[in-house]
Amino acid sequence: MSALALTSASLFGLCGAALVGIGLFGIVTNPDLLRRIIGFNILGAGIFLVFGAVARRGAAMGLGGDPVPQAMVITGIVVAFAATALAVALLRRLASLTGSATFDAATPAPPPRSDA
Amino acid sequence: MGLTEAFTLVCVVAGAILFLAGTLGLLRFPDTLSRLHALSKADNLGLGLIVLGLLPLQASLMGGVKLVCIWLLAQLSAATATQLIAGIAARRKPGA
Amino acid sequence: MSLVFDIALVAGLIALALHVVVTRDGRGAILGFIAFGLLLGIGWARLASVDVALTEAAIGGGLTGMLLLRAHAHLGREIAPEAMARGEPRRWLAPAIASGLVALALGAVVLAFPRPAPSLAPQAVAALETTGLGNPVTAVLLAYRAIDTLLEKIVLILALVGVWSLSRDAAWGGASQLRPAVIPEPLVFLARVLPPFGVLIAVYQVWVGADLPGGTFQAGTILAAMALLVMLAGLRPAPPTQARALRAMLAGGPALFVLVGFLGVAVAQGFLSYPEAIAKPLIVGIEAALTLSIAGTLALLVAGPPDKAPAS
Repeated sequence: MSALALTSASLFGLCGAALVGIGLFGIVTNPDLLRRIIGFNILGAGIFLVFGAVARRGAAMGLGGDPVPQAMVITGIVVAFAATALAVALLRRLASLTGSATFDAATPAPPPRSDA
Repeated sequence: MGLTEAFTLVCVVAGAILFLAGTLGLLRFPDTLSRLHALSKADNLGLGLIVLGLLPLQASLMGGVKLVCIWLLAQLSAATATQLIAGIAARRKPGA
Repeated sequence: MSLVFDIALVAGLIALALHVVVTRDGRGAILGFIAFGLLLGIGWARLASVDVALTEAAIGGGLTGMLLLRAHAHLGREIAPEAMARGEPRRWLAPAIASGLVALALGAVVLAFPRPAPSLAPQAVAALETTGLGNPVTAVLLAYRAIDTLLEKIVLILALVGVWSLSRDAAWGGASQLRPAVIPEPLVFLARVLPPFGVLIAVYQVWVGADLPGGTFQAGTILAAMALLVMLAGLRPAPPTQARALRAMLAGGPALFVLVGFLGVAVAQGFLSYPEAIAKPLIVGIEAALTLSIAGTLALLVAGPPDKAPAS
């Protein structure tokens, strides 16, 4: 494992840390729930990238990285997609019931649309 | 540096310059159709040059065939996407 | 030189993520997120994780992007514009400081990773021979940690059940409406030309995944994309979710996985352990069945809850 590869792994690890912060900021500050779902995905990407740094640092035996964290990240990406799809379906239902894509119900909710 | 490396270098650099020009066009051109034009140049010719440059470095014939397939698939998707966007632009603003 | 490229890539990723989070344009944020997913795929390739790079580009960029774009269009129809454009000032200073602290703490953790780094790579390579596989990532996914992959399949099915159960009562068991009102000609052309190649690439991915980067998830995503393309172009309607064949396909992969798992109890060392002589054919067989059910599940997750009443 060369020093350069180690630096590169740490660089992507730090990038992952920054993405976690950015995603968290997006989740906390955006009232629009779809934007929060996107923020959640950026946060997840950051965590996966930190894992990627762990995998890259574990390079040995002629492999480019430790395969165990890599496999876990693949599993994680698919599960994050499933969670996103469920969240999007919930949001679509919320929007067709209340006419709003946020949680603050400042506007009076119109009656549920039957054709939604 | 051998002749093949020089060929690769020239092709890939030319491709990268085309991508740069395409991006510049995407950012600077005034209307949708000319932006699309800039983008498809980068997609077709830029990617084509990069693939061409990488061909001599392939160890096996299959590797080269795969690279060419990637280029062809990218061509197909770029052409379709361009048509779709242009169609929407034409419907929104007839005569543009 | 490669470090310069990595720094530029990381800077691009962070700039795109910031743009996605702070921009006021909802559709722009989604498009930015798609670009972010593709760029992140290059990042994974730089981390020598080609399997992850393929998955991230296909799912993180492609499928999630399509899901979000569809949701955005749907919300645009459901929500009155005045409810969308409420420009009340948001508090951002305290969240920014808090998020920054979280990022800094995580960054400190990254810098404090132990040296030399712990690694399971030697064990993964050492046991590779007993599985007959050549790609250690596939070996982890389908042999060493097969239970994770099995449970993940079940999570996918549960998510799909959750999505379906959000349909109106009348539409339960019906199909999703994917076909747009106006279908542009080029899309129909693409939907006729591309799927044969997509299926070929997916089969290749499953096959090559035993020894080289590739595998079930990537192949399943490609198949799902082809199915969605065909349905979007209106060439085939989305299947009704109560169809027996569809449900058998979705459950088939995990069911076969569980069956082979229990077979391991009978003829090998325990649940999900494969008899060494037929480990590779078993793994490839499971992968083939899983690919179909992953493809179906992913495509239906993107299609969303059924919104047409079933025919019967």
